[in-house]
Amino acid sequence: MADEEKNMTQAEIFQRRRRRRSIAIGLALGALVLIFYAVTVIKLGPGVFDRPL
Amino acid sequence: MAFVEHNAKTASTSAGGRVEDYVALLKPRVMSLVVFTAFVGMLVAPGDIHPFIGFVAILCIAVGAGASGALNMWYDADIDAIMSRTLNRPIPSGRVSRDDALGFGLTLSAFSVGTLGLVTNWLAAGLLAFTIFFYVVIYTMWLKRSTPQNIVIGGAAGAFPPMIGWAAVTGTVSMDALILFMIIFLWTPPHFWALALYKKGDYEAAGIPMLPNVAGERATQNQIVIYTVLLTITGFGPVLTGLVGWFYAIPAAVLGAIFSVLAVRVRMASGVEMKRRARVLFAYSLSYLFVLFVALLADVGLIRWFGTV
Repeated sequence: MADEEKNMTQAEIFQRRRRRRSIAIGLALGALVLIFYAVTVIKLGPGVFDRPL
Repeated sequence: MAFVEHNAKTASTSAGGRVEDYVALLKPRVMSLVVFTAFVGMLVAPGDIHPFIGFVAILCIAVGAGASGALNMWYDADIDAIMSRTLNRPIPSGRVSRDDALGFGLTLSAFSVGTLGLVTNWLAAGLLAFTIFFYVVIYTMWLKRSTPQNIVIGGAAGAFPPMIGWAAVTGTVSMDALILFMIIFLWTPPHFWALALYKKGDYEAAGIPMLPNVAGERATQNQIVIYTVLLTITGFGPVLTGLVGWFYAIPAAVLGAIFSVLAVRVRMASGVEMKRRARVLFAYSLSYLFVLFVALLADVGLIRWFGTV
């Protein structure tokens, strides 16, 4: 990782790191969405159909 | 154009942290022990939990523990820069700013507690919130720098995870959960004092009042023996409450006996030899906790599958 940044300017390193941090945050938020979706389905289960119309 | 120049100027002072640096803020090694003990607490608790809900609960506990690690590094950056063991942490090495670490820790704390409360129950979430508070405020900000008993009381923070795992399943805290808490609580002093004995110089330089620096090596060695004996006895607690049987009792006895022998060996030595033995004790203490909890898990598993052991 440090080797790859060896021949870069400070600005390039800054942008590269910021991009990687953004990807990591995006993945974490995506995982959170999936977790909440799955937990909702599990918690409600078949009960999701069992409600007055 | 001015914006680009401004960015380039900012970049020259700091390129910002890498993703790995933020992962390091979570203290992954401590996290792995927390995950393991919480996992055991969850599995040995009487009751059922959906595997995915259990997985999310463990994830929340792990992230909560990691968040407290980040907040600990935020507050302790000044002393971390002095000790050889912590010199390369992201903040003292200049890879992550203190403000970023604070924001990171607070955000993860809020998310982990909130999510745990929503997916399991608010007792477990409350315990997780209290653990983070205890570790960051009571231990890091207050006790660590003010009393040689810092890790005795601060160790409680590390002892909560199995109790949180238990509470996530049952919604309550029983005597068995309290015993699991006590095992880790009593394990912490001999574990850290063994480290403090052979890293004494580091703590002295950083001005942290660890027991060997304040009360002396002899007093520390005595305390290690006392806590090890108490730990060995408490290790039988789950047998007495009927949570587990002989399949756990035998390893608990053997592991406790070895721990006690190693503690006494540290007590009998001095100088370089004592430091060598303290190093052995420190390494063993990690294996002790791991194997003891595996035995606990195995015993409960056998009881559930075969009725009795």
